[in-house]
Amino acid sequence: MIIGWIILGIVVLFIVMMVAMYNNLVRLRNQVKNAWAQIDVQLKRRHDLIPNLVETVKGYMQHERQTLESVTQARQQAVNLSGGSVADQAKAENALSQTLRSLFAVAENYPNLKANENFLALQEQLASTENKISFARQFYNDAVMSFNNKIQMFPSNMMASMFNFTMAESFELEDQAEREAPKVSFSG
Amino acid sequence: MFELIRANRRRAIILMAAMLVLFAGVGYALGYAFMHSAEAGLVIAVALAAFLAFLSWSSGDALILNSSQAHRIEHDDHPVLFNVVEEMRIAAGLPKTPEVYIIDADAPNAFATGRDPEHAKIAVTAGLLERLDRDELQGVIGHEMGHVANRDILYMMMATVLLGAIVILADVGFYAMLFGGGGRRRTSAGGGGGGQAQAIMMLVAIALVILAPLFARLLYFALSRRREYLADACSARYTRYPEGLARALEKIAGNPSPLRVANRATAALYIANPLKTGNRGLADLTSTHPPISERIRILRSMAGDMNYAAYDEAFRQVTGRAVGVVPFSGLQDKSTPAAPARSAATDAERARMGDRRQRVRDTGNALWRKQGYRFINCPCGTTLKVPPRFPKDVVTCPNCGRDHDIRDGR
Repeated sequence: MIIGWIILGIVVLFIVMMVAMYNNLVRLRNQVKNAWAQIDVQLKRRHDLIPNLVETVKGYMQHERQTLESVTQARQQAVNLSGGSVADQAKAENALSQTLRSLFAVAENYPNLKANENFLALQEQLASTENKISFARQFYNDAVMSFNNKIQMFPSNMMASMFNFTMAESFELEDQAEREAPKVSFSG
Repeated sequence: MFELIRANRRRAIILMAAMLVLFAGVGYALGYAFMHSAEAGLVIAVALAAFLAFLSWSSGDALILNSSQAHRIEHDDHPVLFNVVEEMRIAAGLPKTPEVYIIDADAPNAFATGRDPEHAKIAVTAGLLERLDRDELQGVIGHEMGHVANRDILYMMMATVLLGAIVILADVGFYAMLFGGGGRRRTSAGGGGGGQAQAIMMLVAIALVILAPLFARLLYFALSRRREYLADACSARYTRYPEGLARALEKIAGNPSPLRVANRATAALYIANPLKTGNRGLADLTSTHPPISERIRILRSMAGDMNYAAYDEAFRQVTGRAVGVVPFSGLQDKSTPAAPARSAATDAERARMGDRRQRVRDTGNALWRKQGYRFINCPCGTTLKVPPRFPKDVVTCPNCGRDHDIRDGR
């Protein structure tokens, strides 16, 4: 009789633990989803700012048609890929950042452009958006890491494989700040 | 750190319950002693407590901001501050950017309030904006965002309002007992036993009236030190740069002037004690804030990944305590690559905030704007600040003599 109760107790405890583990996984997955939405907002904002920038710059930089075109193209590519896989988007956004950087570098040679208030405002907005992207990325990558840890570690990994929780991809951008910081790789 | 969030919600409820009991007790005793009806006193006191609880929940933030003379500012009033607030909001993963307020005071300080992250408000003093560079400001805003993310703001807001109310009510009760009620009590006393019971109740009432503010205070201060450490940990994690907050705290501690708009009820809200009381012994007993030097040392001895576990480690190292401050789920998170999320993009803002004269000018402009001044950029490079209700339609630039038409509200 007592043994029966003990077994029942163990079974109940086991079920409670399973439920808690499952809920925790769902919570972490939602956190990843929300964190991605934050990145998405900032990326969209950047995409929206660029046509204005190109329009403003056009008049001043007749001889830099190619630079402008590559910005427009990179933006189009990034817009097309939004909603795609995280790695693809990261790649497109990296390319866009690079073209923007070269655009602003070229702009240094045009004093009239640098005196244009509209240009300055757009430059500032793009800069602060880029900054926000990096903070959103920090939050997203943290969320991804704790989710992936839970998926890989015992005992939650059994729960994860049973209910098909798949690992999330982190969002890697290659910018200057990133290169300065020492990077630790966990893969391999 | 979800336990924290849960614990804070629980604490808010316990706070309410404790207040209710306290009010009921005082009301019962006062009713018995002065109104010949303990029940009437009880009902009035409980109704009052319920009203206060609702008031503190629904508009405690407005009360606190008003009493601190904080003015709401918009993005254009101080763009760098707004960008920093938004960055920290994103780093904390909160849904909505808090409203930003500025307090026209020279003492550097800041606080956060509001009932939940959707209704959060962050207030900073003008003195803070004038003294801190961008990294330091980011550290302070990160600390405040930590309070928002950990849901400290609800508990702290309600406790602040209720503490203020109890102090006022106890004062009223004290004077009522000193100057009123005595005569009627004696004439209506029944038998000898009743008189004795009444005398006991009187004593209870007096004791409660004296002790109520003390109880309220203890309840309030019990966990506020731990909250400050945890908000520091959040700041370090959001900014990935604890040195920023450490430097900011150093500057705040180094400023000797107390904050005029803060009082004993709102003091616990601020990032550093705004009252700066001289007598150490008493201040330490009821202090709402851990010693600043200790907070700075903890932040400076953080090593490795800038996560909660690293802060906990540093905390134990500096204080010599065996048990850290970070709750279990915070320690679990061993993630976070150490790279601070700063891009070259903030260089312009960093340079702007690195120049003290520019900081003072930006802060002053934000305050001018709040007072209804209009800013006109003259092509000669001068900025004209036109007071509200300027009697003329045209302003002449003192530098180049150009006339500016200000009728159309430009």
